[in-house]
Amino acid sequence: MTPFSYDISHLTGAAILIAGFALLYQRRLRAVLGTFAIQAWALAIAAAWQAHIQHAPELWATAAIALVFKGLLVPFALAWLVERLGIHRTVETALSIGWTLVAGVALVGLSIVLVLPVTAGTAAVTRETLALAMGVVLLGMLMMITRRNAVTQVVGFMALENGLLLAAVSAKGMPLVVEMAIAFSVLVAMILFGIFFFRIRERFDSLELRYLESYRGDRT
Amino acid sequence: MTILADPLSWLLGLPVAGAILLALLPWRAASVANIGVSVATFAASLVLFRVRPPAGALLFIDDFNVYLVALTAFVGATTAVFSAAYIAREVAGGRLGDGHLRFYHAMYQAFLFTMLLALTANNIGLMWVAVEGATLTTVLMVSLYRTREAIEAAWKYFILCSVGIGLALFGTILVYLAAEPVMGASGAAMEWTRLVARAWAFQPALLNLAFVFVLVGYGTKVGLAPLHAWLPDAHAEGPTPISAVLSGLLLNVALYALLRFKMLIAANGHALAPGPLMVAMGLSSLFLSAFMLYRRGDIKRLFAYSSIEHMGIITFAFGIGGGLADFAGLLHMTMHSLTKSAIFFTAGIASQNAGSSRIARIKGLTVSTPVLGWVFLLAVLAIAGLPPMGVFTSEFLVVTATVARHPLLAVPLVVGLLLAFGALIGRVQGMAFGTPVPAEGYGPPTRWQAVLAYGPPILHMALVVVAGLYLPAILTHWFQAVAGMLK
Repeated sequence: MTPFSYDISHLTGAAILIAGFALLYQRRLRAVLGTFAIQAWALAIAAAWQAHIQHAPELWATAAIALVFKGLLVPFALAWLVERLGIHRTVETALSIGWTLVAGVALVGLSIVLVLPVTAGTAAVTRETLALAMGVVLLGMLMMITRRNAVTQVVGFMALENGLLLAAVSAKGMPLVVEMAIAFSVLVAMILFGIFFFRIRERFDSLELRYLESYRGDRT
Repeated sequence: MTILADPLSWLLGLPVAGAILLALLPWRAASVANIGVSVATFAASLVLFRVRPPAGALLFIDDFNVYLVALTAFVGATTAVFSAAYIAREVAGGRLGDGHLRFYHAMYQAFLFTMLLALTANNIGLMWVAVEGATLTTVLMVSLYRTREAIEAAWKYFILCSVGIGLALFGTILVYLAAEPVMGASGAAMEWTRLVARAWAFQPALLNLAFVFVLVGYGTKVGLAPLHAWLPDAHAEGPTPISAVLSGLLLNVALYALLRFKMLIAANGHALAPGPLMVAMGLSSLFLSAFMLYRRGDIKRLFAYSSIEHMGIITFAFGIGGGLADFAGLLHMTMHSLTKSAIFFTAGIASQNAGSSRIARIKGLTVSTPVLGWVFLLAVLAIAGLPPMGVFTSEFLVVTATVARHPLLAVPLVVGLLLAFGALIGRVQGMAFGTPVPAEGYGPPTRWQAVLAYGPPILHMALVVVAGLYLPAILTHWFQAVAGMLK
């Protein structure tokens, strides 16, 4: 494997990670969806590059799924939902944006410190990409925790899945079953979420989760 | 072996066919067909004891999973029987319509399919897909009533378990990466039977990291504290038959997935010892739920916390490890499944009668509905750990094994068990005895509803009492063989 192919792998992995950071400081829902689309495109490029250098034709399918489904369909569908429900307001944060970014940097540092030493024996391309992928996963979790809107939680969850996909495509020869499964689960998740959004809207006229949180189920 | 002669294809094919069929039938026919399909699936699972298909790349059967498959199919079948009575009463009460119920029955079979697939999967990727599928189907069933509470519960369940499942996938990918240098970059590096045979050669550091992710990931689904937040809501707000299978079966399946990875780590020899992590999570679940049991005001939530408690005890037992503790853990998994689903069956009918699931509104069950009341009382006493029921036997064995191996750990275990015991006994007195509150719900079930609703819990409790008094030798050998595998 040439140094050039390493560079491209790392570049695309880093692009996904940076998009993960960018998701954390968006203040408008539209911008969140746009940033998520960019992350999905970067994932599609990463998967396509792996398909090329690993000579693994099935990864092209993964790249296509990432591009068409996550990069186009999901952002448009969510944008449509947001438009239709009339909720294109600012994103509500549970933790200020500055502190969220500090926490994000700490998480990425953690994943590098954690992954690099334990993967000493694996191929170099997998090592660093795995560290990046774990960073993306943790940033996705951070976003789910610190943003209160149902749409941003869903985007956070899908960003987390992007990190998982990045790890899966970089693992040489990993069977396709897993990638297909992820794509499938996102599809189902999307249907679920669509149903949920309408139900939440129907009941509470809002997608802000704090209106849901008033109920704690078991008082008295 | 041709596809039709292979019991595995029947075991998995029947629920899939059932899911499609039940979506098409009107609800009354569907609730009967649901029983038929589930009983046929149970029969297919029994055939697996006689005819064991060779391990394939995707599916396999060994001593460990065959007994869980049979248990899952059995409780799936009895819950289908109970469900017919429960659903008929909900329709009569106007809470559910035909559209809801087609969906509900189809999802019930789909849920059974995903659990059986997770149990029989040889490929760890496929196992993950199945557990994910089980999450999706149950989310849909938890939100069936579409009340505010049900939606919140389903949302919480979905978000928390999706994250958990995501972390489990990351752990699965890490296992693949650990195996890839040894096994080569192919599907073989995800086949559990091959992985466990060569686990000694994997990189221990990578396996350690993988196990932590898998523990947190599947641990969320098992409902281990501090990752349990979804569990009480999901149990309380869904239809009661779903609470019974969630508690009795799904938690077991998630724990099974975790144990498969534990066996992989243990086969390596140089990786971290999974025991202490599991002991810590088990004890924290036990204590958290034991204290939470004291302040519950909702009957289904009360027993949902009790499920967290018992999952904690089982995880603790497997964490202690060794022949006796593993034996006790397996026995406890079985006893908890049977007893807890019996409790949900009876509690479901009781809250339908009362028109509320508040404990304050459920009083004097042994007076108002004697059969229901006494079975409920027996089941709660069993789950609290009173002899001579099977739960006592397994809890006693867990304590004995702990005293033998790590005497100091037995102290918190016994304290936790006693705390939970006190809470449950205190709660059940008011519900079983005293003067009944005038019923505001559907009132006592009709004759055939009573047969369908009381049959399953009576059968379960009979099995639990028999297991407590006399555990058949075949079963003992069986558990011993599996405990040997778990080392």
